[in-house]
Amino acid sequence: MQFREHRIVGDILELAEKYSRSGADEIVFYDITASPDGRTVDRTWVNKVAALLDIPFCVAGGIRSVADAEEILGHGADKISVNSPALENPALISELARRFGSQCVILGVDSRMVGESWQVYQYAGDENRITSTSRATLEWIAEAQQRGVGEIVLNCMNRDGVRNGYDIDQLATAKNSCDVPLIASGGAGVMQDFEEVFNVADVSGALAASVFHDHSFSIPDLKQYLHMADIEVRL
Amino acid sequence: MSGADVAIVDSGGANIASLQYALDRLGVGSTLTGDPRTIESASHVILPGVGAAAEAMRRLSQSGLSKVIADLRQPVLGICLGMQLFARFSEEERTECLGIVPDSAEKLRPSPQAPVPNIGWCRVRQSATHKLFAGIDCGSYFYFVHSYAIGCGEHTLATADHATPFTAVLAYKNFFASQFHPERSAAAGAKFLSNFLRISS
Repeated sequence: MQFREHRIVGDILELAEKYSRSGADEIVFYDITASPDGRTVDRTWVNKVAALLDIPFCVAGGIRSVADAEEILGHGADKISVNSPALENPALISELARRFGSQCVILGVDSRMVGESWQVYQYAGDENRITSTSRATLEWIAEAQQRGVGEIVLNCMNRDGVRNGYDIDQLATAKNSCDVPLIASGGAGVMQDFEEVFNVADVSGALAASVFHDHSFSIPDLKQYLHMADIEVRL
Repeated sequence: MSGADVAIVDSGGANIASLQYALDRLGVGSTLTGDPRTIESASHVILPGVGAAAEAMRRLSQSGLSKVIADLRQPVLGICLGMQLFARFSEEERTECLGIVPDSAEKLRPSPQAPVPNIGWCRVRQSATHKLFAGIDCGSYFYFVHSYAIGCGEHTLATADHATPFTAVLAYKNFFASQFHPERSAAAGAKFLSNFLRISS
């Protein structure tokens, strides 16, 4: 599937409630077509999600300014995640961190191996506009931390949606240059993939979508499995 | 808890809605306010805070609320930055805080096992029984998002670990505080908030 052919997975409020009740530790709402379309994430639902959820949630998609972020956080989101707009204007990260504190500023990075090194991609939400950037992934991660980002979600594009496991090499390498929490994204297919990414790449968290949307396994089953594998999880 | 009349101190932080929603889910009304009289007459006061200590203290001092808060006699709950503002001093931009407790808030030191900010669910261990923890198992998980913390001291009621232990909950007279966000800590957090609202003056 990778980043093509996005599917509608159902009413977001219903899903949000279902996942929070089943033990998700955090929910990230991506409006991945917001940046390519030049529009900002539609915020009417953020209030409703905030009223419903008693776990943290993050909103990503087309946040281009401090004012955009202020509105989303004011509606009750706990964190905001920036990706393409930060590539266009890296100072955005510094401005957001100064205004809201590093802890609620997340950087999403879409990355894949090109030749010998990992490169950052932009507008990964739109197959017609996706472009490679001149940035090396590890350099971008370092710069974002200097600018005060609080957490990094590294989406390994070559793995996204294909369910062959997380990109352990890339994540372990990135982890070595991260003082802030690193969250693995892209590639989860079976429960062992989560065990591997925590044990080998030593990430702070693992993000997955399609395995849960498609009911490959449930969050409680996954947490029980990780608990039995001696990985600390909130049960 | 009916009859609880909660004032949430408006210290200019952006993330107040989630706290108000959590109180709504408990069936408790709340007012976000910077008005000293409303704060003084509330049954319970909550000092939230997301953002930087210096900026929050500047706002509280300018509006005269720093003295109002320190003089309150009803139960007061500081959350996250609100807890750090109870301290005498914060290492964050070397900020003089409210001085309700003599401790100071110090920067967490990053290590590969313990990145900073500390973001995520941590176990909270009570060091004494207290009504704030009624019905909450010792070692329950709560949600933390912070780069500074108050070390363990005589007012520490519960601790969490981030490489080293720090104060997760403190209690001193009518002042209570949590470094975690009870409004985002699922069932354990809701119980903690409702326990606070059951404490009477």
